[in-house]
Amino acid sequence: MHDSKDPVEAIRAQFPKACLEVVTFRGETTIYIDPPQIADVCLYLRDADGLRFNFLIDVTGIDYYPDEPRFAVAYHLYAMLYNRKLRLKVRLPGDNPHVPTVTGVWPTANWQEREAYDMFGIIFDGHPDLRRILTAADWEGHPQRKDYPLGYETVQFSFNFDEVNRYKPYAKE
Amino acid sequence: MGITTASKSGALGWATLRLEDAVNWARAGAMWPLGFGLACCAIEMMSTQMSHYDLSRFGMELMRPSPRQADLMIVAGRLSRKMAPVLRRLYDQMPAPKWVIAMGDCASCSGVFNNYAIVQGVDEIVPVDVYVAGCPPRPEQLIHGILTLHERVKGESLTQWRRAEVERR
Repeated sequence: MHDSKDPVEAIRAQFPKACLEVVTFRGETTIYIDPPQIADVCLYLRDADGLRFNFLIDVTGIDYYPDEPRFAVAYHLYAMLYNRKLRLKVRLPGDNPHVPTVTGVWPTANWQEREAYDMFGIIFDGHPDLRRILTAADWEGHPQRKDYPLGYETVQFSFNFDEVNRYKPYAKE
Repeated sequence: MGITTASKSGALGWATLRLEDAVNWARAGAMWPLGFGLACCAIEMMSTQMSHYDLSRFGMELMRPSPRQADLMIVAGRLSRKMAPVLRRLYDQMPAPKWVIAMGDCASCSGVFNNYAIVQGVDEIVPVDVYVAGCPPRPEQLIHGILTLHERVKGESLTQWRRAEVERR
């Protein structure tokens, strides 16, 4: 077993341009990665001695609307060997957000990236099967975007029963 | 008193009644539900089925896993828009005569989930006969809803289902 290495220094040494910003908050490290290099950085973090982040906990999307760059994708990594966690983030533009897939690094990213695509409309380039996973196949829009309408229908109480009854789409036999 | 030889053998004589009453009595007395457990209401539905509340008392011996063997659909829980086509398909697969109970607030009117993801009442997808309020309703409330449906079934016309089928064609 090799001695553990500091992931921030390791990434800075291996990918001089990939590490954009490092934020440490309450003992949790977040590294902002240059989006095109995310798959290479992840592969390095998984395989390099002293890092061995062999478990991808989750991939989630974040919508910072109305800030720009609007979207972010967060990767939570875990090294079972060293019992360490690490968070990677990439920031993506509001129009046409693209990021390379990490499915080739951790196969579990497949469904998690599909969820991020479904909910936020983030396109993962090179994903083997980028379909919607939670909403119906013919769904329009991406529900977790902050500008997605929440949807509301007038509730039927006794005082407006007839009024709602007039336009409520009852099913036929 | 007690069980006589005649009642054991089934030789109890005969009685007259209208065919409609006999058919409706049979339909209400042996109604097999398709348990459509979608959320927490399903727990209460299972509880209704279990020995403490014992739904078998009302001729509902068991929940059918197949819609083709069921004539009552108990929609227990919130129906998401993705699940809606499945619900309709299962309803269409049930042989007539068939009835639907919307169990709980979510199935009746979507309850607290007034948003884009949940169908605002299953009556938009299938025709509902009885709504059971509650979040979730207690087993007594579901049993009351079922007995209400039984009363309704006993008052139905024999030609009603036949007419509906002809109209559908």
